[in-house]
Amino acid sequence: MSSRPLANSELGWLAYDPAPESSSLARLAPSYGLFIDGAFTDPGAHQQVPTVNPATEATLATVAHAAAADVDRAVRAARHAYDTVWSVTSGAERAKYLYRIARLIQERARELAVVETLDNGKPIRESRDVDIPLAAAHFFYYAGWADKLEHAGFGADPRPLGVAGQIIPWNFPLLMAAWKLAPALAAGNTCVLKPAETTPLSALILAEILQQAELPPGVVNIVTGDGATGAALVEHPGVDKIAFTGSTEVGRAIQARVAGRATHLTLELGGKGANIVFDDAPIDEMVEGIIDGIFFNQGHVCCAGSRLLVQETVADEVLRRLQRRVEQLRVGDPLDKNTDVGAINSRAQLARIEELVAAGEREGATRYSSSCALPEHGYWFAPTVFTDVSQSHRIAREEIFGPVLSVLTFRTPEEAVAKANNTTYGLACGVWSEKGSRTLWVAQRLRAGVIWANTYNRFDPTSPFGGVRESGFGREGGRPGLAAYLDV
Amino acid sequence: MSTTTLPTTGARVRLTAGAGVPVVETEGQLRSILASLSGVDAVGAEARAARLATRSIKRTTKRAALDLAISMVDLTTLEGADTPGRVSSLCAKAWRPDASDPSTPSAAAVCVYPDLVAHARERLAGSSVKVAAVATAFPSGRASLAVKLADVRDALDAGADEIDMVIDRGAFLSGRLGQVFDEVVAVKALCGDAHLKVILETGELVTYDNVRRASWLAMLGGADFIKTSTGKVGVSATPTVALVMLEAARDFAESTGRLVGVKVAGGIRRAKDALRYLVIVNETAGSAWLTPDLFRFGASSLLNDLLLQRLAQRRGVYVRPDEFSGD
Repeated sequence: MSSRPLANSELGWLAYDPAPESSSLARLAPSYGLFIDGAFTDPGAHQQVPTVNPATEATLATVAHAAAADVDRAVRAARHAYDTVWSVTSGAERAKYLYRIARLIQERARELAVVETLDNGKPIRESRDVDIPLAAAHFFYYAGWADKLEHAGFGADPRPLGVAGQIIPWNFPLLMAAWKLAPALAAGNTCVLKPAETTPLSALILAEILQQAELPPGVVNIVTGDGATGAALVEHPGVDKIAFTGSTEVGRAIQARVAGRATHLTLELGGKGANIVFDDAPIDEMVEGIIDGIFFNQGHVCCAGSRLLVQETVADEVLRRLQRRVEQLRVGDPLDKNTDVGAINSRAQLARIEELVAAGEREGATRYSSSCALPEHGYWFAPTVFTDVSQSHRIAREEIFGPVLSVLTFRTPEEAVAKANNTTYGLACGVWSEKGSRTLWVAQRLRAGVIWANTYNRFDPTSPFGGVRESGFGREGGRPGLAAYLDV
Repeated sequence: MSTTTLPTTGARVRLTAGAGVPVVETEGQLRSILASLSGVDAVGAEARAARLATRSIKRTTKRAALDLAISMVDLTTLEGADTPGRVSSLCAKAWRPDASDPSTPSAAAVCVYPDLVAHARERLAGSSVKVAAVATAFPSGRASLAVKLADVRDALDAGADEIDMVIDRGAFLSGRLGQVFDEVVAVKALCGDAHLKVILETGELVTYDNVRRASWLAMLGGADFIKTSTGKVGVSATPTVALVMLEAARDFAESTGRLVGVKVAGGIRRAKDALRYLVIVNETAGSAWLTPDLFRFGASSLLNDLLLQRLAQRRGVYVRPDEFSGD
């Protein structure tokens, strides 16, 4: 039947009054020390660095910058705890601590959600409904494995690696800490965790939770700081394992540094995920999936569906609906419960997004950005969709790590697979079709660690997550997630 | 209360005549249109509805939304034990839901069985409240077309402004789509200017794909409203079903230029639930549907909870439920 497209401007949506969560729930201290050997060090003993709220640019607190000597103390504390306590603690006992941590995260969920939103800029809806519940779920899940390691398929008595150095990114601060700590502790390792420079606060609240849980001193140490702190951790000879989540560039440098050492390594790096849409996809849910794929967490997601590959026959229809939906996204105060898209995490990341978007325009792609009003202060970028993108454009090849979608079209499943795989990355892809046989045919040919079918950006502790090629190696989550922390 | 007091983030829908509603002359044409509709992914649709339920409606938005919801209620009594007295009481309640506060909007309609239409009509004379009648062998729809049409004619003769018909789910589920379509067309022809609401009984259609197809079938057949349920089977309106029907109404408007309303009915008792439905309306079909002309709640006890919340918003404290008359 013929159809008269309705211009987006003809539709209206009711605006909602502000419904902000209270920032006072965060109960932040003015300054923080390092968490070493079960106690916080004196903040005054370290160089203090401010951490800002990206939505307002106001300073939330100052945190210690861990120098090489501090990292050394943390690693030695972890080694001591490994040798004297954790390696001789039974799996069932370790599980008790993990369950306790999980429950305490749940108890302090509201506070943690507010802290995460303040420090990261992500909408409270996401920190409340995704980040914090999933962080607790990871601890619950791996608590269950702690006394069953001999049944995990890694031999009769799999041994832990020892001291794990863990470096995590700023996009899901607490969740990434949980992804790293929970399997490591379940497997019997001790940890030195380095949170990201711009988002250290939720890890420091987690340190308080570890104290509340009476986790033995030194089992988990948390050292805040920048790249120099991370480098000191990577280069420390007392570390048996490095687990890193972050950019491919830094991951490459870490791999070079641990080369020739007996240090185990897992890397979870960048991505340029393709969301592949066939003409028989369930259209309304698919549009939601595209939105979730790229605008979830402002696109600060390593597995973001940042490339949309849409079958030519439905491209116009999909784009029209997509644009209508983008226009509907509520961008603004991350603490407002109705906000869909929050602030860009840092000035540096905003500059990176702006640079790539400018490159997209220069290279001839057509830009559409939501007409939403952006707040005056803080770091913001309106949800953006590029059409007329070709495979050679930088916006189709480089990870933007922001709310920017590049749309390409295809005609056949073969072409869709070829385009999806034409990237140096291989973290995640999505396939949208009501035809199961085609979904499986495509999924088998995609070079990516995670393939979602008729959904995107769904995470579960039971499901392994990780990449191939320049997206890294090693898996987090599920039974394979244990392998990263066992001598197998 | 009209929706124009609600701030919108964009212009209202201004639909001029679009491509028009396609003429369906054969069952084959109907089938090809319904077959061309996109499928619904149940997991995704339910996740979307659940996420919309987390919207937080506060302050002036809440006050306006409560008034809007009151104005959208089809105050309903569909019991074998209904009496003229009960209907009188219902009419009084629909007209002036909160006798202590004349600024309270009237409900949209009272919804009764055909034999009580005349009584309701008389009681509502001079009010803006419409009289709706269920008809076509409500609630099962299992009667011949002649009987169904007689049922409708009876209600119209008694003065019904709106007819809530049921589709023959047996025919729909066994694939006799032409029969279901013809019945809608025939009832609409009989209704003339009276508004026709077509009840899909989504609890018996079971799948969201069926809900989407039945929605289009009813709209193509001339429905002014598509309605979820009779309230007489185990599963009545759900947020996801409302989402799928509102998507259908939106898409139908886009392709034909004709705006069809949506009515959710059965099991909606709390103001909170009503506000969640309004959020789904707002973020699916758009604010153009935020009017009693295009969205209704079929309910009875919901009205008192809306009044309770309305008063709580105004006074800052909750009053006892007994402050309001039962229906």
